[in-house]
Amino acid sequence: MSASEKNSLYLQKRAGMLTWIRSGEPLIWANGAAVSISVIAVVGLISLLAVRGFGHFWPNNIIQSGVVYDGQESAQLGVLVEEKQVSGEQLRSAGITLVGAGPFFNRMLFKQGNRDFLGSDFVWVLEEQLVDTHNPEWAMVVERLEWGNQYGFLHSVTVRGERVAEGEGVPRTWQAFQQAIAGSVAVREEIHRIERKEIGSINHGMEAVRLAERKLEMAGDVNPGALAELAEQRAVLDAEYRVLQQQLASLYDSIRDDRYEVRLVDGRIVDQAIAKVVRATLPNQMSLLQKMGHYVAKLWEFLSTEPREANTEGGVFPAIFGTVMMVLLMSVMVTPFGVIAAVYLREYARQGLVTRTIRVAVNNLAGVPSIVYGVFGLGFFVYIVGGELDSLFFSAALPSPTFGTPGLMWASLTLALLTLPVVIVATEEGLSRIPSAVREGSLALGATRAETLWRVVLPMASPAIMTGLILAVARAAGEVAPLMLVGVVKLAPSLPVDGNYPFVHLDQKFMHLGFHIYDVGFQSPNVEAARPLVYATALLLVIIIALLNFTAVSLRNRLRERYKSLES
Amino acid sequence: MAPWRHFKDRAATVVISAGGGAVLMSILLIFFYLVYEILPLFSAAKIELATEQQLQLTAATDAAYMYIEEQGEMSLILDTGGHARFSELASGATVLYQPLRQQDSVALTVVSAEAADSRLLGLGYADGTVLLASHEYRLSYPDDKRLITPRIEYPHGDDPIQVAADGSALALLALRDTDAGLVIAAQSTSGELWVVRYTKEENFLSGEIELEREELSLNLPRKEYAALYLGTDQRWLYLLDKAGAYQVIDLNREDVSGAQQLADEGRLFADGSELSTSSMLLGGISLLAASTDGELSQYFMVRNGKEAALNKIRSFDTGGAQLLQLLPEQRRKGFLALDADGQLQIFHTTGQRKLLSQSVDYRATQVAAIAPRADALLLMDQNGKVSQWDIDNEHPEISFSALWTKIWYESYPEPDYTWQSSASSNDFEPKYSFAPLAFGTLKAAFYAMLIAAPLAICGAIYTAYFMAPALRRKIKPLIELMEALPTVILGFLAGLWLAPFVETNLTGVFSVLLLMPVGILGFAFFWSRLPVNLRTLVPDGWHAAILIPVVCGVTWLCFAMNDSVELLLFGGDMRAWITQDLGISFDQRNALVVGIAMGMAVIPTIFSIAEDAIFAVPKHLSYGSLALGATPWQTLVGVVIPTASPGIFSGLMIGLGRAVGETMIVLMATGNTPIMDANIFEGMRTLAANIAVEVPEAEVDSSHFRILFLAAFVLFMFTFVVNTIAEIIRQRLRVKYGSL
Repeated sequence: MSASEKNSLYLQKRAGMLTWIRSGEPLIWANGAAVSISVIAVVGLISLLAVRGFGHFWPNNIIQSGVVYDGQESAQLGVLVEEKQVSGEQLRSAGITLVGAGPFFNRMLFKQGNRDFLGSDFVWVLEEQLVDTHNPEWAMVVERLEWGNQYGFLHSVTVRGERVAEGEGVPRTWQAFQQAIAGSVAVREEIHRIERKEIGSINHGMEAVRLAERKLEMAGDVNPGALAELAEQRAVLDAEYRVLQQQLASLYDSIRDDRYEVRLVDGRIVDQAIAKVVRATLPNQMSLLQKMGHYVAKLWEFLSTEPREANTEGGVFPAIFGTVMMVLLMSVMVTPFGVIAAVYLREYARQGLVTRTIRVAVNNLAGVPSIVYGVFGLGFFVYIVGGELDSLFFSAALPSPTFGTPGLMWASLTLALLTLPVVIVATEEGLSRIPSAVREGSLALGATRAETLWRVVLPMASPAIMTGLILAVARAAGEVAPLMLVGVVKLAPSLPVDGNYPFVHLDQKFMHLGFHIYDVGFQSPNVEAARPLVYATALLLVIIIALLNFTAVSLRNRLRERYKSLES
Repeated sequence: MAPWRHFKDRAATVVISAGGGAVLMSILLIFFYLVYEILPLFSAAKIELATEQQLQLTAATDAAYMYIEEQGEMSLILDTGGHARFSELASGATVLYQPLRQQDSVALTVVSAEAADSRLLGLGYADGTVLLASHEYRLSYPDDKRLITPRIEYPHGDDPIQVAADGSALALLALRDTDAGLVIAAQSTSGELWVVRYTKEENFLSGEIELEREELSLNLPRKEYAALYLGTDQRWLYLLDKAGAYQVIDLNREDVSGAQQLADEGRLFADGSELSTSSMLLGGISLLAASTDGELSQYFMVRNGKEAALNKIRSFDTGGAQLLQLLPEQRRKGFLALDADGQLQIFHTTGQRKLLSQSVDYRATQVAAIAPRADALLLMDQNGKVSQWDIDNEHPEISFSALWTKIWYESYPEPDYTWQSSASSNDFEPKYSFAPLAFGTLKAAFYAMLIAAPLAICGAIYTAYFMAPALRRKIKPLIELMEALPTVILGFLAGLWLAPFVETNLTGVFSVLLLMPVGILGFAFFWSRLPVNLRTLVPDGWHAAILIPVVCGVTWLCFAMNDSVELLLFGGDMRAWITQDLGISFDQRNALVVGIAMGMAVIPTIFSIAEDAIFAVPKHLSYGSLALGATPWQTLVGVVIPTASPGIFSGLMIGLGRAVGETMIVLMATGNTPIMDANIFEGMRTLAANIAVEVPEAEVDSSHFRILFLAAFVLFMFTFVVNTIAEIIRQRLRVKYGSL
């Protein structure tokens, strides 16, 4: 390397800013930054969901403090939810008298619960107004069936009208309380079982009797024998129902007089029914291990129970169930059709302009907005096909529609249509990767085309089909817009699968995780209280979809490995 | 070969071909079904003669008024003798025949219905009195069969009200009866105008409703008028004369002389032609007037500053015929026109459409009625022959101009683009302008692309061309993972987390936009000044990784400084500064939030396609360029990007298609108000979100329902065309790479 060359290289590295700019180096950095920003956005988004979603179930310590404002002091008990810096300007313009100079003030959001006594669940307080902040040992949080959480101190416990324990800060009172809760929870479960399962099946039977009667009437068949038989069935069901009613009444009676008294932080002592309590805890006394146990219990409750209080509390089990059910049905419908279409396109149709056009069209359908499929599903499946089915097979139930209304079946079918292109494209790709020598070998050995397809081609394409299916499932699980038109509801009274004939109710409306997020986050009367639950639901949905996608990716990789070995 | 195997092979071929064909056809079905649903919107109206019937009327008692009830089974004919005759349409049998004024026998001189959709009739008599009677129909189902029982009711008692104080016979009559009171305007044969107003007042003590009578005086020249109309709010009294002149009186204001204020006067027709016939449209806001020369126009009062004046809103093409009668529909803003040649024409005002022109042999007809559902027309000729026509006119309000051009809606100060599909009242004028929805769709897509396009393309360029292969294998799936993120989650985060966050940290957001490029370039320059041996510690193609802390740092700095900067520059509240000092309206859920959230949804789509295109550029091209002495950047700009640009373009197109059709993010992250404003701090309503919001509530097969299908069809076609272009470009590119 000559001296002059060395010199020029040196200049290039060390010369002024202008050369640096001219080399395009800054633009490369700018491009790099785009990648960094995208990556940070993805990771940030998922971490945000994870932190907020997982954080919801952790039992935070209960804080008691006095709030001094305008020379008046009031007591406050609750859990710290959020902190924010706010400028004094903004606060003063909102009409708040400030003591400190500022310019910024720490504003804290406390969840104080007791909506039935205090009006709202949440309260904003300025940090400068707080005095004497501590975590009282015996502060308890009661999760209730109504009115949200309650924060306070246990005062007394009454079981069956008899006061069994009394006194604050006494372990015996607390134990009695826990015992009474356990008892009432057991009774409640029994009530729930009777109402849902037994009375549900009686209602189902009654409806069947009514429809049978109506059918006879419509057929003009006035066979007195058949009518008498139906009347007898109805009488039997009625009798069973009355027995259950009595059982229920006695169960309700048995927990009606279980009560507890709680002292709110403002000194009021209020009397509450234990029958409305889900769980009571003393978070300030819990060890880390106990907190973890509580966390797991809450998480399990979230996954396994039904929602309460207009979906803002409780679990999301029906939504998980509905999502899974819908996706399963969709898979059952989309796989055979997608595979047949792909096999036809790749193996049977003559390759030419027509197949090329079809391929482009199929590809493009994947880009058609999902709401368009929803509109199609509603108009075509629900109103036309469903209406036709009703008038053919379910005319006894008319005018209340059976299939002529949005429901599970139409939702699955709509999503099957929506994901059809995904399955076709993936299967075709798999079929195209199979070397033609393999097919020719099979044919040369005397197998028919169908046998070659069934024994050789399809098994080899099966990982591709699986990939397509999983991608389809991942897309279907996250799709909400079309479902809003064809069958999802905010609260379904029962699961689409139960013990009554025909066991799977395809005509029922169902709940869905994605719609649950939209509904609770945007249509709920108490958005602030429901928000943590929405984060948790969103996280759950992301986890389900991420798992499905990872499966797809690893399957795709396995598939490629296989071809490598075949091609060599 | 065994026949069984042969059969199975043949069967498989048939099943697969049929099944494959069927699946592909079912995809086509979407297209055809949408077309099937929207075609009726643009079809013309049809009429057909259903029945003809001879009624027994004597010449002395001609028909003065006719009506068909809701079910189209019964008609009411009011004859000039003052009798009401209800008869079944199918058989012609009379169900009820009764005189309206029962106490005495004064001659009926004029009959006027309160409004197009009202069953209240004003009957004017030769002694200057008015009787208010309404005809009601009760439905019952004895033996599962529909039975209609008609009757006459007198809502204001069966005593006539004296309107013309001088006792002269009434010639013209108009009335309005509302919860607030009753107004009657009349002209008597003496040429005098009479306006009587009854105001309902509830007595606080007894709770009884008392009527207070008030006689209003008008200061108008004495002349014979052709028609009187009262507006729905009982404020405007319209007087039209034969010569085509009009006066509008404000009944709520008095002038200096104590008479009611004249609000506006003028001529209806520009060329001075004479009035042939006129009518008030459903809703009591618009007047329709036809001239003897065949001009037909719609008018309503438009407020211009403090004063209101009667404006000619639009004219209709009558083909030059002289119209004799205008029949407004009872549920829609449409009307029928009958001309001297026996021709029937059907129009719609908002749709600005002429739906039909057909001969019905009207010449000898004296009265006509249109059914409440606008599905039947009844015509009666001088001999008492009644003909019933079936009308098929489902969607008159939809036309290309109603969807895409500015329309002057009733009570609006000027023509406008408006989407307002439903309201509580029956006489509401639906406003189906796609313009604000299409604008909202493009606005949302524009802001999303503004954020997504640079990030995705720059990211793709770097990842495909500069990034170290080891890093690329990890980064690419990570960004593509975002594509699988359900949009409902992005929408929820945008609406519930990002929107409030942006609102409180507005200064921070804008300082990120400003400082991020500065920070990155500053760091890059600083990096190039570092000693070589330090720089070589980080291998080539890891710029992105080193930049992560820089990006995080700048972002953190901007938001940490947010409050102080806001205090310094905007007096502590940037939002207030924007709304008050700049005068720009600010919604919490605005286009900026949608742009960011939808940008996140679109980035992976564009990134993935663009990255594939750039990565697939044959390596020997770039090696050749580098070998000729070009810097990597020059090679990229001069060789790689031109080669891959069709692929990048197709990525952008597909991204755009996705942004246009995205529903959940827009639904959750905007206020969904259909406005036409490009302001980044305001929301929008898109076609897709509009469908999601309104389809569940639309009545099946109504115009509203079909118009939402039309919106879906527009979306379908738009994305289909955009995607097809992108796909064709990609296929061409593949061929091009193949030849390289």
